[in-house]
Amino acid sequence: MSRFIVGRIAQALLVMVVMSVVIYALIGLMPGDPIDLMISADPNMTSADAALLREIYGLDQPLYRRYLAWLGNAVQGDLGYSRLFGQPVLQVLLPALGNTLILMATAFIIAIAIALPLGTLAAAKPRSAFDYSVNMYAFAGISLPSFWLALLLIMLFSVNLGWLPAGGMAAADASFGEQLRHLALPVATVATLHIGAYSRYMRSAMLEVLRHDYIRTARAKGASERRVIWVHAWRNALIPVVTVLALDFGFLFSGALVTETIFSWPGMGKLIFDAVMGNDFNLAVVALLFATALTLLGNLIADLLYGLLDPRIRAGGGR
Amino acid sequence: MTGKLATSAALWLLATITAVCLLAPWLAPYDPSAQNLLLGAQPPSLQHWLGTDSFGRDLLSRLLHGGRLSMLIGLCATAVALLLGVSWGATAGFVGGRTDALMMRVVDALYALPFVMFVVLLMVVFGRSLALLFIAIGAVEWLTMARIVRAQVRALKQSEFVEAARCIGLSNRQILWRHVLPNCSGPIIVYTTLTIPSVMLLEAFLSFLGLGVQPPQSSWGALISQGVETMEEYPWLLLYPAAALTTTLLCLNLLGDQLRDWLENSSPGGAA
Repeated sequence: MSRFIVGRIAQALLVMVVMSVVIYALIGLMPGDPIDLMISADPNMTSADAALLREIYGLDQPLYRRYLAWLGNAVQGDLGYSRLFGQPVLQVLLPALGNTLILMATAFIIAIAIALPLGTLAAAKPRSAFDYSVNMYAFAGISLPSFWLALLLIMLFSVNLGWLPAGGMAAADASFGEQLRHLALPVATVATLHIGAYSRYMRSAMLEVLRHDYIRTARAKGASERRVIWVHAWRNALIPVVTVLALDFGFLFSGALVTETIFSWPGMGKLIFDAVMGNDFNLAVVALLFATALTLLGNLIADLLYGLLDPRIRAGGGR
Repeated sequence: MTGKLATSAALWLLATITAVCLLAPWLAPYDPSAQNLLLGAQPPSLQHWLGTDSFGRDLLSRLLHGGRLSMLIGLCATAVALLLGVSWGATAGFVGGRTDALMMRVVDALYALPFVMFVVLLMVVFGRSLALLFIAIGAVEWLTMARIVRAQVRALKQSEFVEAARCIGLSNRQILWRHVLPNCSGPIIVYTTLTIPSVMLLEAFLSFLGLGVQPPQSSWGALISQGVETMEEYPWLLLYPAAALTTTLLCLNLLGDQLRDWLENSSPGGAA
């Protein structure tokens, strides 16, 4: 088991190094650099001044040199300054990460809490009216663009009914109820869309498990239907579902770009988007790498969880 | 799974929407970009079935022409994803060993990247042409296809007909193209059907963020994003494009799912 973990961590580190090259190169290729912006802001600047500034900031160096210099600083903990916010990158990044986690984790938990029972019950009575309604809901969830759902919710609950705020995040010192009110609509948007996909995973996993011999045995020895479903089948059906959910871990950290933009929720999705669009080189690179690293970490945790759920995999020590 | 009725309804609806959008130049009642500033934004009426936008342009005509572009992007980007995913997955699965391990780690690594961000980055770096939109979206959506094809090819590589083909002296390329890949066509077709709606959704996202289709061209995503700006005054400008997009995506998802059910029930050896 420990060898498995060490191997996976080494692999994740390698992926991180490769991704840092890719991300750095892509962002380095973005048109325009900070000096261009300075030139357009200052009419007195000559091209000699610009060249001097490029030299000072190392922007005249080839990309790989800049990458190595950046990597050297980053390893020592110096991630640079954000140009847009005028603060060290980490001071901008960490609050955004926290905000995204609040939004996404709440939505994730709610989606799981609703979707898994829904999928299980639908599989317990296949082709029933309940099954069909869950299925139709699931398809709507997959097909509905998130921005459309978000706008509908804003129209209904903020504009027409006036119950909930249309966007933004409550101040840190606001009451808990106020925080919840701001959280409600973005969470509802993200959760609604995921419930569709998750309930389908759960349903098909359950249907698969219910075909097995040990389920027939359980029924034959007289176990109640409720016991068969929730004790014998449920735990086994969870195994593939956990894997699929784990692949979704990434969205917990990278945030929901569109949802965050519409509700002006100051999270990672919006931050990365603003950084890329605003030519904030340092912030964009580090934020993207952070999201990638946390996704890899999430996948690793999920692999370990998988082992806990299924002893056969623990013994096998690999995929 | 969802019933024959729903499937045939979805099929007919999708066929109708596609046909109407493809025939847009002939069916559209007005020129989609003809402005009528005196008219301005009008709610749906007998002259303009779906109303007009604030430049007095007929929404129905814009919707039909926009749908054409949305579907074109859906098909082209899916083709890019198909090409990349199938060749990558088939190579990895067929060659196997270290090459396979390396190629699939690349796929894993790309999976870990927040993929919407990746597209945003590509669009910003490489400009906003339509051809680039296909490639950028296709470049993101090929990962799952590569995984599916690789698993299929690996399973089929062990089968007897591949051994037989090898015995009669066929080259690797012949075996892969004539014997292995045709046997993967089921899952490839199913997944392609399911890729089209996710590609169209991604295009809508990008256009919504202002990174996708640029004016004067228009897609459903672009129409929705214009509709949002005036959604309180002229709700129909948001309502109809969004309804068109959602209905089309729903039909495509329903059909893809039904196709998957049929495939899984009809192929006894299908190792999907």
